[in-house]
Amino acid sequence: MKLTRLGAMLAGALAAAGGPALAQDEEPRRGGTAIVHMVSEQRILNPALRASTGVYEISGKIVEPLVDKSYDGYEPVLATDWSSSEDGLEITFNLREGVRWHDGEDFTCEDVAYSAMNLWKELLNYSTTLQQYLEAVDCPDPYTAVFRYSQPMPLELMLAAMPDLGHPVPAHIFEGTDPLQNEYNTAPIGTGPFKFVEYQRGQYVIAERNDDYWRGEEYPYLDRIVWRFIADRSAAAAALEAGEIHESGFIGVSMADVERLSEDPRFDVGTEGYENNVAHSTIEFNHRNEALADLRVRQAIYHGLDIPYAIDTIMRGYARPGRGPIPSTGGENYTDDVPTYPYDPERAKALLDEAGYAPDENGIRLRLRHRPAPWGEYTQLWAEYFAQAMAEIGVEVTLVQNDAPGFLNGVYRDHDFDTANGWHQFRADPAVSTMVWLRSGAPVGTPWTNQFGWQSDEMDQMIDAAASELDSEVRSEMYHDIQRMAMEELPVIFAIEHPFISVTSKKLRNHHNTPRWNSSSWYDLWLEE
Amino acid sequence: MPFLIYALRRALQAVPVILMIMVGAFLLLKLAPGDTVDALVGDMGGADAQFIARLRAEYGLDQPVWVQLWRYLAKMAQFDFGWSYVYEQPVSVVLLDRLGVTLMLMCASLFFAFTIGVALGAIAARRAYSVTDNVISTLGLVFYATPSFFLSLMMIVVFSVKLGWLPVGGIRTIAAFYTGWDHVLDVARHLVMPTAALSLIYLAFYLRLMRASVLEVAELDFVRTARAKGAGEGRLMFHHIMRNALLPVVTLLGLQFSTLLGGSVVVETIFSLPGLGQLAYQSVIQRDMNTLMGIIFLSSVVVIVVNFLTDLLYARLDSRIELS
Repeated sequence: MKLTRLGAMLAGALAAAGGPALAQDEEPRRGGTAIVHMVSEQRILNPALRASTGVYEISGKIVEPLVDKSYDGYEPVLATDWSSSEDGLEITFNLREGVRWHDGEDFTCEDVAYSAMNLWKELLNYSTTLQQYLEAVDCPDPYTAVFRYSQPMPLELMLAAMPDLGHPVPAHIFEGTDPLQNEYNTAPIGTGPFKFVEYQRGQYVIAERNDDYWRGEEYPYLDRIVWRFIADRSAAAAALEAGEIHESGFIGVSMADVERLSEDPRFDVGTEGYENNVAHSTIEFNHRNEALADLRVRQAIYHGLDIPYAIDTIMRGYARPGRGPIPSTGGENYTDDVPTYPYDPERAKALLDEAGYAPDENGIRLRLRHRPAPWGEYTQLWAEYFAQAMAEIGVEVTLVQNDAPGFLNGVYRDHDFDTANGWHQFRADPAVSTMVWLRSGAPVGTPWTNQFGWQSDEMDQMIDAAASELDSEVRSEMYHDIQRMAMEELPVIFAIEHPFISVTSKKLRNHHNTPRWNSSSWYDLWLEE
Repeated sequence: MPFLIYALRRALQAVPVILMIMVGAFLLLKLAPGDTVDALVGDMGGADAQFIARLRAEYGLDQPVWVQLWRYLAKMAQFDFGWSYVYEQPVSVVLLDRLGVTLMLMCASLFFAFTIGVALGAIAARRAYSVTDNVISTLGLVFYATPSFFLSLMMIVVFSVKLGWLPVGGIRTIAAFYTGWDHVLDVARHLVMPTAALSLIYLAFYLRLMRASVLEVAELDFVRTARAKGAGEGRLMFHHIMRNALLPVVTLLGLQFSTLLGGSVVVETIFSLPGLGQLAYQSVIQRDMNTLMGIIFLSSVVVIVVNFLTDLLYARLDSRIELS
């Protein structure tokens, strides 16, 4: 089982490309309602205001980005092609003609310019940093958008960011209003294959077929999509089994149910379609703690963790050992030529001895207060395994339980922890995601940033240089160096690399056929009845 | 007139009680680590510092706690419960939207638990120490000892997954667009399992209390006198014993109305019912302070009103009690 799952994950793109190929041989059926499980409901449904997978899961069917990701690279959506000036100060998108918003107005460059300057640059999380040097978006004609920057913006970085951070909103709806208070934030108007119908808080969201979709009248195949909010993961698994929902993504059911349903012939269970949403389960150190500031102690902790065992027991095999801040799905920016720390309790004890942490009369060398992030079942299990594994090498770990706000404040604002664990998602390009864990200088209280008290001038310089490097080969080399340094210095242990897992009814066809499928538009998804 | 004065006095007494509850709840909630911006950022998977600071200022969370409290109380005095930053709606709209489901669930559960519990308790007492009594009492113990989350999940497995008789959750079939009686029946089908899960423990309470109460009252002098005067067993049971035996059960009924809201948190979450219980749970997790305070206010008022009604009922059942 383990080999099968790891194999499936490693060959994710291939496997996913294989699945849909079978479906494409069949004649797609028009009609039907796909019902999708979501664990928690969303405050707003505007992806130009909230960069969040939960928002994309719903709004990705209604509001489209300029560019999306496919297994073959980047897929033109609202932009048909793109180019960059040699100095990297201008990026030009040619926009698709004949696209209409759901209210019938034409989609033009004005919409892109308004969205980029007022939402992406000013209000959208992650994007405010990405677009901080954006000076203007010029519209030489209605279907050409020229992004002008005061510092070079690598086209590669811009494209990697666009699927998540490049959703235009209709300017005629938002202009002259406070974007944060606009009523369409919860009733989005987009250009996508489905039109928003209804959001019943605490219950569901409904979107129905857009008969005027630009890809042609045959698309989308489905009549309707319903997202049902079911907070209890066991009840969600039961709803899948009872046929009340067709898909639960982002590990929406418990790992035990994932394993059980993977043996049920009615479901496809796997990690395909998440290659763009790979996350790392981490061990985070507070380097203000004298013991943890010692590299030998951090190395000892890494040697004390049996990662393959944790992958088998906690992640049911749907994961692989991490190799630093960039996952294996990170393309050219990834390398596995980095130092590793295989499970070796004796080596761990020797390192602790060397660092001056000999066992006391109770066999305890070090005591740590550990905060587990409350991001679901496996994060808690990973914390419990960490405490158990540390006990083997004489490190006593006390788990400090907290909910989400408690965790974020405890770790990222108050720094009231010795160690912590959570998971952090890689978002296509290191510059828009994982580098914030290593770059110093983030204001206190900013979640998922380097609040660990670790600072390296060399690392900071490397991160800054890579973010604006225009030569992609040189840029990749820079990220390899960053990855190697992160694995040498261990400011954070990127212990386990895991995509998310979906449980999908086999009645759904053409599913998980892009690397960010749950966030994509589903124009070609169909339902067999 | 004496009744009106009594009701007015009770209403005036309720004002400082509610004020104390609201101030206490506000300060307690502020003691919890994190605020709604932390929860929001947690949901989003991160945000940069400018974004976080902007949101905190917009929500007024950058102000000292006492300023926030004063602003809240000033608004509350005008029955303005503020804005829910989670639901992007006024709190009053959010609460009204959820109140109906919770009231349906609570009333159905109380009705089911009270009527069946009282009836079974009375039967068990009249046939005390018989096989019937043993069966009923054992059943009561099982209901009493079974946690509602376990019962909920087991019912889902049996009645939804295995038998396919009842829906797993929600309050209605989505995208079925039922109207009229079809809609009523659809909602009723969705409420069967949550009602059973929420009410069985209370049914056990009433059953056990009623049984003990009937046994106790049946031994009292006035029952013996009534029997000696030739009253039939039916009249004795319904006119003399039940009426007196119900007094402690009615007291419990009033008290448990408030705890039902607590129980509905679990049941509504498992069955994905869009009620106040689920809303309270989500509001705690998301630190939706205004919504949570609104729920606390509403539940305080409900408890006070139900206690008042219980006192009225008590006086009606026992003529020795006067409202004063």
